[in-house]
Amino acid sequence: MSETRELPVVTEALWARVLRTAGVPLLSVALAMAIGSIIIVATGHDPILAFGALFRGAFGGPMQIGWTIMRATPLMFTGLAVAFGFRANLFNIGAEGQLVLGSFAAAWFGLLLGGLPSIASIPLILVGSALFGAAWALIPALLKAKVGAHEVITTMMFSWIALYLTSWLVSGPLMDKGGIPQTSMLPASVWLVTLDKIIPGLPPVSAHIGFLLALALAALVWWILKSTTLGYQIRAVGFNPTAAENGGISIARTTVWALCISGALAGLAGASEVLGVQHRMFDQVSAGSGFGFTGIAVALLAKKNPIAVIFAALLFGALSAGAGTMQLEADVPQKIITIIQALIIFFVGAETIITWLIKRRQKLALEKKGAADVV
Amino acid sequence: MPVLELREITKIFPGVRANDSVSLVLERGEIVALLGENGAGKSTLMNVAYGLLAPDGGEILVDGAPVRIRTPRDAIDLGIGMVHQHFMLVEPLSVTENIILGHEPSRFGIIDFATARAKVAELSLRYGLKVDPDARVADLSVGMQQRVEILKALYQGARILILDEPTAVLTPQEVRELFSVVRSLVTEGLSVVLITHKLDEVMIAADRIVVMRDGRVVGETTPTLTDQVGLARMMVGRDVVFRIEKTPAAPTATVLEVKDLVVFDERKLEALKSVSLTVRAGEIVGIAGVDGNGQRELVEAIVGLRKPRSGVITLRGKDITHATPRETIAAGVSHVPEDRHRRGLVLEFDLAENLVLGDHTSEPYATAGVMHSRVIDETARKRVHDYDVRTPSVRVLASNLSGGNQQKLVLARELGRDPDLLIAAQPTRGLDVGAIEFVHKRILAERDSGKAILLVSMELEEVMTLSDRIIVMYEGRIAAEFAAGEADDERLGYFMTGGKQAAASPVAPVPAANEGGRS
Repeated sequence: MSETRELPVVTEALWARVLRTAGVPLLSVALAMAIGSIIIVATGHDPILAFGALFRGAFGGPMQIGWTIMRATPLMFTGLAVAFGFRANLFNIGAEGQLVLGSFAAAWFGLLLGGLPSIASIPLILVGSALFGAAWALIPALLKAKVGAHEVITTMMFSWIALYLTSWLVSGPLMDKGGIPQTSMLPASVWLVTLDKIIPGLPPVSAHIGFLLALALAALVWWILKSTTLGYQIRAVGFNPTAAENGGISIARTTVWALCISGALAGLAGASEVLGVQHRMFDQVSAGSGFGFTGIAVALLAKKNPIAVIFAALLFGALSAGAGTMQLEADVPQKIITIIQALIIFFVGAETIITWLIKRRQKLALEKKGAADVV
Repeated sequence: MPVLELREITKIFPGVRANDSVSLVLERGEIVALLGENGAGKSTLMNVAYGLLAPDGGEILVDGAPVRIRTPRDAIDLGIGMVHQHFMLVEPLSVTENIILGHEPSRFGIIDFATARAKVAELSLRYGLKVDPDARVADLSVGMQQRVEILKALYQGARILILDEPTAVLTPQEVRELFSVVRSLVTEGLSVVLITHKLDEVMIAADRIVVMRDGRVVGETTPTLTDQVGLARMMVGRDVVFRIEKTPAAPTATVLEVKDLVVFDERKLEALKSVSLTVRAGEIVGIAGVDGNGQRELVEAIVGLRKPRSGVITLRGKDITHATPRETIAAGVSHVPEDRHRRGLVLEFDLAENLVLGDHTSEPYATAGVMHSRVIDETARKRVHDYDVRTPSVRVLASNLSGGNQQKLVLARELGRDPDLLIAAQPTRGLDVGAIEFVHKRILAERDSGKAILLVSMELEEVMTLSDRIIVMYEGRIAAEFAAGEADDERLGYFMTGGKQAAASPVAPVPAANEGGRS
């Protein structure tokens, strides 16, 4: 039979696989930097000086690396959240709202549980934040599962509700004395300690143990997707819901699980920020983090892979940590970083264009070589 | 001088020479059948001729002059038209609107519909392709939609018409009509390439037969010089059993019982109007019918994908009327869906992952939500071996397999769980003779081992070959039932079309030109 012709499928080498999957994101980053350089030159600055300052600001020393990690930590949570949703073919564009609810839960429980020992209070607060984030995703999830309401619309609308709801809470019932729209400072017992407190010999840094939690969660998410029936069902529904349904998988139930877990991960981003960095909750309407939205960019750059989310988040963290130094030393406005971030996403999104360019090059090379002696 | 000549066309896909120096000559006024198994390279060759694929080598001549065909537009300008297996029509638009799409006659930027309709009507009359120019394409039968596609190619000035597996979706009556239309096209001076893997059709329709295998032309003949057995040997490279030896069925207890089942379709119309049937252990009940007469709704209701409005479905006496797909699987129902890409497989999953779909939460494949990849892989390797799925490894994605191997994969999964009832919908659609033989033998073996089998097929040949009892469905009802051996093409066709044989399609009468083709 003719099928025998398929047998010689070459098993791909590991490095080739890594290059194939990571090639486009890496190329996208390089292209974005290149265009960023052109813009810097066009505005009359020196790109080498600018990127040098950017790099020093992000990696120049333990303190700078600490900033990078601190900025990357919430993006790892939200990046995981969005990537998890993507696997079920759900676009959780409202991770920001679930994050805000998680922040609120962390602040509220943090104020209530301050008397408990850290070993008890912090896990409780984290669970509470995850549940609040999940709960905020639950209604959009149910609407999607039951009546097919698109999650892009509903989670986005829920984001705004979350922002204004918590804005009212921190400027009303939970407002600190002094008239600033923020909660009181949390007791130090619920703070996530900085890494220098647990790693001897490290100078003081702003990175906190939320980073380690995020690393652990990335591994957990990877394992859930790969080795559990839930992960299997989520991937099956994400790839082909009709075949999944035929295989006895409930599309509705899987959708609800996937979006709620995504919400829980986003909620943890809020807890990590409140317990590890701010130690109180601010009015998010005026001081919105944007971590939920940048998380979308991180998930896209990571191509939905939970392990790659770590590196994508670190890149975005480094860009934002180094931006200040760049402005200070090279006089290049920080906003250039936003442009570079947008360009990265543009090129990742334009993967088709890039793969087309690569294929075209290969084809031209083949034609030159003469097609006959290939294969 | 040939109207179309392909010289030593080579097309390379990663790892595969889909066309290896293939040459084909098409003369004016002839029908050439391009015969071969799936993956033999027929469609690739024609896609090259139509500008959909760029060849890696070789040249194309039209009317003796070398041409470069980079896009379908180039092909159309050279008078080459192609009707694809999957129609490319805009369903909400009318027949005329579809035909003129891209070539609208217009005056001052306004489409001249009067001219367009007149031209469509003239073409339709000249070639006996009767179709209502104002009908909405969505409302037309598949056979009618195909006529629209052919008319569209003719409207665009095609002198060379390529038909890719044109009969795959047609009823026997529609097939005969199509062939008489094609015959009238070539008597008008057109030339036709007919891509197919159906032996009986090339014997009826072709003037010349070119057989392809593994990306090469392996032979050329005419219907007068050969027979189906000879063609099959050429196509597959070995002898093929056509009529499978089958012992009489020895049915025992009733496995599936469907009583007064009423099921709605997506538009909330009654797709199934009070259907009752039984399938016993050790027998194959075949359902014949034109696509869209309630077969899909019946199958979906039994396996739990569609909620019945009323009626009762029982499996070995157990009520499964309102069971979910998961519950029907657990109860012992296996389902080979009619559309393996949409329903049967997750193409982005590897073979091992696909082989546990439906059993992925149960022992030994998973415990408390954690999957055992070692057991899954081992079982997968065994199933791949048992069902002769040709693959380098179980870690290959299902999308990389050929259609025949994908179907074997679905069978391996559905039969591997040892069901009481197997529902096989279109189990050999789009497969080549070798794979069809394998699927048929497997289904019969399951019957002989005491399984109950419900077979749904548009292929009358298949229904008649395999079934012990045949049920004909028409407009959501059971129109007739036959014992094996009582049925033939004509009788089944009569009931499949509502007992009014002359009107296979509600939209247009059978063209007069087809009288000659009728036996």
